[in-house]
Amino acid sequence: MSEVIVITSGKGGVGKTTTSANVGTGLAILGKRVVLIDTDIGLRNLDVVMGLENRIVYNLVDVVEGNCRMKQALIRDKRYPNLYLLPSAQTRDKSAVTPEQMAKLADDLREDFDYILLDCPAGIEQGFWNAVSGADRALVVTTPEVSAIRDADRIIGLLEAAQMRDIDLIVNRIRMDMVRRGDMMSVDDVIDILAVNIIGAVPDDESIVISTNQGEPLVGMGSLAGQAYMNISRRVMGENIPLMEWDHSKSFLARLSSLLRHA
Amino acid sequence: MSIWPGIPKQASGAIARKRLKLLLVADKTDCSPEILEKMKDDIVHVISNYIEIDKDGIEIQVVQSRSIPTPKRGPVIRANIPLCRGSGQPVYTVPTKRT
Repeated sequence: MSEVIVITSGKGGVGKTTTSANVGTGLAILGKRVVLIDTDIGLRNLDVVMGLENRIVYNLVDVVEGNCRMKQALIRDKRYPNLYLLPSAQTRDKSAVTPEQMAKLADDLREDFDYILLDCPAGIEQGFWNAVSGADRALVVTTPEVSAIRDADRIIGLLEAAQMRDIDLIVNRIRMDMVRRGDMMSVDDVIDILAVNIIGAVPDDESIVISTNQGEPLVGMGSLAGQAYMNISRRVMGENIPLMEWDHSKSFLARLSSLLRHA
Repeated sequence: MSIWPGIPKQASGAIARKRLKLLLVADKTDCSPEILEKMKDDIVHVISNYIEIDKDGIEIQVVQSRSIPTPKRGPVIRANIPLCRGSGQPVYTVPTKRT
């Protein structure tokens, strides 16, 4: 049984595309057949995060308009043969596709893939409804900031009104040092305010910047963010994995240096 | 922590939490915290025509129904109005719900 999952947030810049790339790659590492769809028509980015920007010939709008077959537009990942990307069009806008067309496109992919991940554009206009219309479930990404949580609340309200079956929250870019000294809302604070199921928490990690520079998702690598994304991929598949306790995984040296800094 | 000893400064995380809660109430009801405060006064007024209530113990909030069991989804007004017995001591709380 394949699943269509939309990754959305409302606010821009909270990590939708990074999350899509890493959760998708994580599912592929776990042996699933995965396709990532960039639905941000006019502002495509997922190709760059995946490091596949030089291989684009056809795009999502070409498929919808019948300029090519689906197989011609799908790009196979560099590292994982069961992972594909359907890139967005850069020279068109959101009105090039309707929600019905997008739903049909996602539906057509069910036959060949276990997971169809839709990277949603920011905002709540047509691009959002395009991405949401064909999805079975939603992952809402937020950061522990007032503006991002406010937008996430609005998005959750819209998804509930649209009868979305499953809505799960990802809290991104947590800085445990700031949470500890009370200068950042904790994951528990965010869950309490949004009253929604949490599927993962990702620490703010330099290695994300490095991996995006290189165009290679870091899921499954040694970094904390890489582990956090792998855990999310496993939970998406239905595995029951408790939330990470980053304090324990912190090295002795890191703990010592933070102790000295706060002394 | 504060720069001046003896004057504790509220941690910014707690400030964010407080601001966010007020903000979400305003977003959901399409009315400001001031209007909510006026509504609270009106509710107190109406109820106290009939029963004696503990006016200081009243709590009125707009919350998501997903956090409490209600038949309908969406924002809900939740009021906690403690009643007084003759002595003026609050004895028990009646939670009332309204969509």
